Amino acid sequence: MRKLWHFHGGLKLDGHKALSMQSPISRAPIPQRLTLPLQQHIGEPAQPVVEVGERVLTGQVIARAEGYISAPVHASSSGTVIAIEKRAIAHPSNIHDTCIVIDTDGQDEWVTSHETRQDYLQMEASELRNRIRDAGIVGLGGAGFPSFIKLNPGTQQVDTLIINGAECEPYITCDAMLMAERPREILDGLLIMRHALNARQCLIGIEDNKPDAIRALQDALTPEESQFIEVVTVPTRYPAGGEKQLIRTLTGQEVPSNGLPIHIGIVCHNVGTAVAIARAIHYSEPLISRIVTLTGQAIAQPMNVEVRIGTAMQDLLEHAGLDTAKLARLLMGGPMMGFIIENPDVPVIKTTNCLLAMARTEVAQEVPAMPCIRCGECTRVCPAKLLPQQLYWYARSREFDRVEAYHLFDCIECGCCAVVCPSHIPLVQYYRFAKSEIWAKDREKQKADIARERHEFHQLRLERKKREDEDRKRKKKEMLEKAARGNDDKQAAIRAAMERVNAKKAAQQQSAASNKDTSA
Amino acid sequence: MLVPILVLAGLAIVFGLLLGYSAVRFRVEGDPVVDKIDALLPQTQCGQCGYAGCRPYAEAIASGEADINQCVPGGDAGIQALADLLDRDPKPLNAEHGTVKEEKTVVHIDEQVCIGCTLCIQACPVDAIVGAAKHMHTVLTDECTGCDLCIPVCPVDCIHQVPVETTLQTWQWPFPQAEASRA
Repeated sequence: MRKLWHFHGGLKLDGHKALSMQSPISRAPIPQRLTLPLQQHIGEPAQPVVEVGERVLTGQVIARAEGYISAPVHASSSGTVIAIEKRAIAHPSNIHDTCIVIDTDGQDEWVTSHETRQDYLQMEASELRNRIRDAGIVGLGGAGFPSFIKLNPGTQQVDTLIINGAECEPYITCDAMLMAERPREILDGLLIMRHALNARQCLIGIEDNKPDAIRALQDALTPEESQFIEVVTVPTRYPAGGEKQLIRTLTGQEVPSNGLPIHIGIVCHNVGTAVAIARAIHYSEPLISRIVTLTGQAIAQPMNVEVRIGTAMQDLLEHAGLDTAKLARLLMGGPMMGFIIENPDVPVIKTTNCLLAMARTEVAQEVPAMPCIRCGECTRVCPAKLLPQQLYWYARSREFDRVEAYHLFDCIECGCCAVVCPSHIPLVQYYRFAKSEIWAKDREKQKADIARERHEFHQLRLERKKREDEDRKRKKKEMLEKAARGNDDKQAAIRAAMERVNAKKAAQQQSAASNKDTSA
Repeated sequence: MLVPILVLAGLAIVFGLLLGYSAVRFRVEGDPVVDKIDALLPQTQCGQCGYAGCRPYAEAIASGEADINQCVPGGDAGIQALADLLDRDPKPLNAEHGTVKEEKTVVHIDEQVCIGCTLCIQACPVDAIVGAAKHMHTVLTDECTGCDLCIPVCPVDCIHQVPVETTLQTWQWPFPQAEASRA
């Protein structure tokens, strides 16, 4: 047995996982219409490379990555592009964002053949990363960070590759089902990542409430693979699946504040990402589908479905038998970290792991917030070892320097503090507010710096122009003067010549006269 | 008697030379206070404060010629920051210099109407308008500071303010509502 460590705080929560684990993963039908947002990941939005009216095939790139931290978007099924415009998307702001809308033709015709299996061992690490990037793969656990970047350790030596199968948030079971049903594909993805990172050991962390997943992965391991891969059972405690918490539990190491796991030689990827990477490398299949948990008391047949990205949430909920009369609240994600979806017509994106249709009985009673009594419960449960009440006070009074000094940016927004708060203060909302305020200030500062630079250059340019104008004027004046002086010289020369001629003539006349005199 | 006088005179000469040398060697170029003030100003370069840009205003504040409540785009937050830096009491924005816009704006040139006179290009303090004489002009929206200096100089009134659109990148979480009324 491997020695495990404890992370600070955390909560025991009701799992509600059995709800959606009754049936195996099924495939959702290909919808009539796909709506593909250009921003489904962290980083720069992708840039469209198709035009309205163009026919596209399944797996075809329809928007390319822009810049380093970005990911391309692929057509999830074949059809015709009918619009590239702003549409409603799944985001807490309800902002509309640019999407490519495809009317599918039902043929699901692939852009390339993707049947022959390719050998990853023949590929260099950089080629693997490029293929993973071109396949549009982002972290499928929920954050959506482009995966190829996490597979580029630079000069850093990677000791441990961790595959995150903890899935600690209540209700969500897409990773658990994936591990139970497709352990081989997860291991394939792991082997590819190990090859790219040259990692010494690989750990797969799974919470102990998923015995099927643990057994399936252990059975799938070959004796040779079990030399360097270990399936580790971790205690069920929210948020055990947080990246930093899982690293702490498995290795005892702490990711430094403002640091990344790679700084301590660890890389962590989600199980869904591992499968996507295996498909991308072995079969050149881009990320066009993912597994989504459809669950909650308002759904007749809770299930896990493999969904084409871009499918409207409404279509899926109908597929699973949504009872609109019962529905009290629809969330994307789980009850702890998910956000409310007000318009169910928005599409499933790469980071949609769960649609939770809660009935009235499931939704926690909205209790008005009371003043903080400084009980310290939030500090006890904070898995990031922060002081949530201090953060709350400073965020509330908009003292952003102080919030940052109390390490606001180490907050993972897990929501433990808000759950235990006896005064029902929406603590996480305060942290999100403070974070986005600080980001906005940073952006403004950057813009001001650019404006200052441009203004200084503008001044410089005006000055230079003035100087050049003066120079030009002076030169012209000098030239004119010189020209005038030149004229004088010529006149003088002419005068002198004339005088000489006159003198000569006079002399001739004189001599002629004297000749006359002598001849006379 | 002579020894202490000589020692003191010697010390005076040594320190005098040292100070004289360091005054030349470690001379501070420019006024660091002006730089600090300038860093807090929004760099809109709008001139609403009565000076020809943010830096001249910063210089005027540093010399005591101008007050800290003249920057309109900076608003109350900007005045507060200046007050903190200079250890003065914050005061409300001087209304003589204008009122704070309700939302951030940039300008947009109606390209159908533009006659290509280049007056706006000359007025723009950050070179955010491109174009040439008798050719259509356009605004580089990303670089526009929203100073609106180009609007009055346009002879055909083809420049308009447009609000800055909120995108996924610039959207901000609101202050929690549940307690906002109680606070």
